Amino acid sequence: MKTIAEKTVIALTGNDAVAEAMRQVNPDVVAAYPITPQTELMHKFADFVSDGWVKTEFVLVESEHSAMSAAVGASAAGARVMTATSANGLALMWEILYIAASTRCPIVMGVVNRALSAPINIHCDHSDSMGARDAGWIHLHSENSQEAYDNAVQAVRIAENRDILLPVMVCLDGFILSHTLEPVELLKDATVQNFIGDYKPVHELLNTDKPMTFGPLDFHDFYFEHKIPQIEAMKKAPEVIKSVAAEFGELSGRHYGLIERYFTDDAERIIVAIGSTCGTTKAVVDKLRAGGEKVGLLKIRSFRPFPYAEVREALSGARAVGVLDRSHSFGAQGGPVLIEIRAALYHHADVPIKGYIYGLGGRDMGTAHIEHAFEQLKVLVSSGKSSDEIGFLGVRE
Amino acid sequence: MGALTEIRWHGRGGQGAKTASFLLAESLIDQGKFAQGFPDYGPERMGAPIRGYNRISDEPVSLHCDVAAPGIVVVLDPTLIGSDDITGGLLKDGTVLVNSPSGAREIRKELGLEGGRVFTVDATGIALDEIGRPIPNLPMIGALLKVTDLADIESMTSIVRKKFEGKFTKPIIDGNVKAMKRAYEEVKAEK
Repeated sequence: MKTIAEKTVIALTGNDAVAEAMRQVNPDVVAAYPITPQTELMHKFADFVSDGWVKTEFVLVESEHSAMSAAVGASAAGARVMTATSANGLALMWEILYIAASTRCPIVMGVVNRALSAPINIHCDHSDSMGARDAGWIHLHSENSQEAYDNAVQAVRIAENRDILLPVMVCLDGFILSHTLEPVELLKDATVQNFIGDYKPVHELLNTDKPMTFGPLDFHDFYFEHKIPQIEAMKKAPEVIKSVAAEFGELSGRHYGLIERYFTDDAERIIVAIGSTCGTTKAVVDKLRAGGEKVGLLKIRSFRPFPYAEVREALSGARAVGVLDRSHSFGAQGGPVLIEIRAALYHHADVPIKGYIYGLGGRDMGTAHIEHAFEQLKVLVSSGKSSDEIGFLGVRE
Repeated sequence: MGALTEIRWHGRGGQGAKTASFLLAESLIDQGKFAQGFPDYGPERMGAPIRGYNRISDEPVSLHCDVAAPGIVVVLDPTLIGSDDITGGLLKDGTVLVNSPSGAREIRKELGLEGGRVFTVDATGIALDEIGRPIPNLPMIGALLKVTDLADIESMTSIVRKKFEGKFTKPIIDGNVKAMKRAYEEVKAEK
């Protein structure tokens, strides 16, 4: 592996930033199939492979189903494995997503969030990764390209932790982050290598001294028992995510948790969001705060595991909460984030809530939409009651 | 957030609006500024109207949404005037820079713009002279640097050389740099 003379801050897109993280991680195996907006990420990583920056076995497959299958095979064999995809690609992986998690394969995958068809749309929403929220993966969301890079590096440590051994999706908003050039500070290659350490698999298919069977039949006699440790591993994930973040903070000066509280301490009205809209919301909070309004943002970084206790603590003092979802759960009371926030507060805090759907298929989420939501929350403050009516921000009437 | 400059680029697929916004962002980030460069991806076709954007600040930029109210609009193709909304959302004291051999006053009339500042430069003519191809993006960056205080032309020149090295031949790189510098000198204000 070659080394690069780093410059602290460089201009990178979100796709570039994750590709740089993959270069520095130097995984044993990457299996991938191209799909917009993930394509440039893999183009760049393919360049790193061809130019000798990494010693990765790069497997070009014929579909995402095969990409995830190859990733599971390689991980079971004892390799450190990464990949990336978007939207319909993630949907095609569906069957194998569950197998990756249940076989306890610590695969790290960039998910460049994009709307699912139909109609055909290449732009951002969260319907792809949100649909996969019950597959058993850890989901980390990124506010900007810097966080996409930082999350990708931390994800390796989280996934491979002996108490966890679960795959991690590093989600970044398609186009809004993946194709936006902005400043990103990279760690040195050696720093990343020291941080992640060597990968020592607990079990490996290729260890002929200790032959094992992977993925056998497991019916009503033991399947249930095998689900329990998977549940327990996910339960331990919050502490591991936090401890990896603490160590990463020492190295980088950039501090992460399961959530980020932005002026929530004394906030009357709080908006909960995920992904790049958190940055836009911060700008709105700054503006409204300058005008004397007590508003704040609660950013969810870890959607799976969902940080119920932290969310409860952050929101219980508010007089109204607005929850922004970039995908809908058709037939449910609202989007996936709203459902989790309600579950977090139920029986714990009586805070009026209103859910919003925004940004489907890449519809712009401007500051005016967010200001509108903060304004509407005043009604909940004065009535003291939740609104069961979902607001649609930015849709034509 | 400190003072924020927002730019909208109007061009057609193949004219380099995305490249222009990326080059500008990269050179400003190189100089320690906080900048974003991003295109608005529609159907990818040669000749289709496309937009690119920049945000520039001395402090970190947390916004990740469209530029709704640009202070600067750069038009790579004058035939877009009348079909695309060139002045939509433009700040009252905003700047419009158009690639055109016409004078700035004529272009103001075509735009139907009151207030602000209008500049023109024959970027396509300069590109044909210096590069031999009608790709106006680099000359337009040169002209933009003259009519704003975003960056100095010398630092932009060095980043263009750095970015293009290995991708293009030396005559093409020299031609682009020369075109950029010529547009910097030749951009015209209203008389």
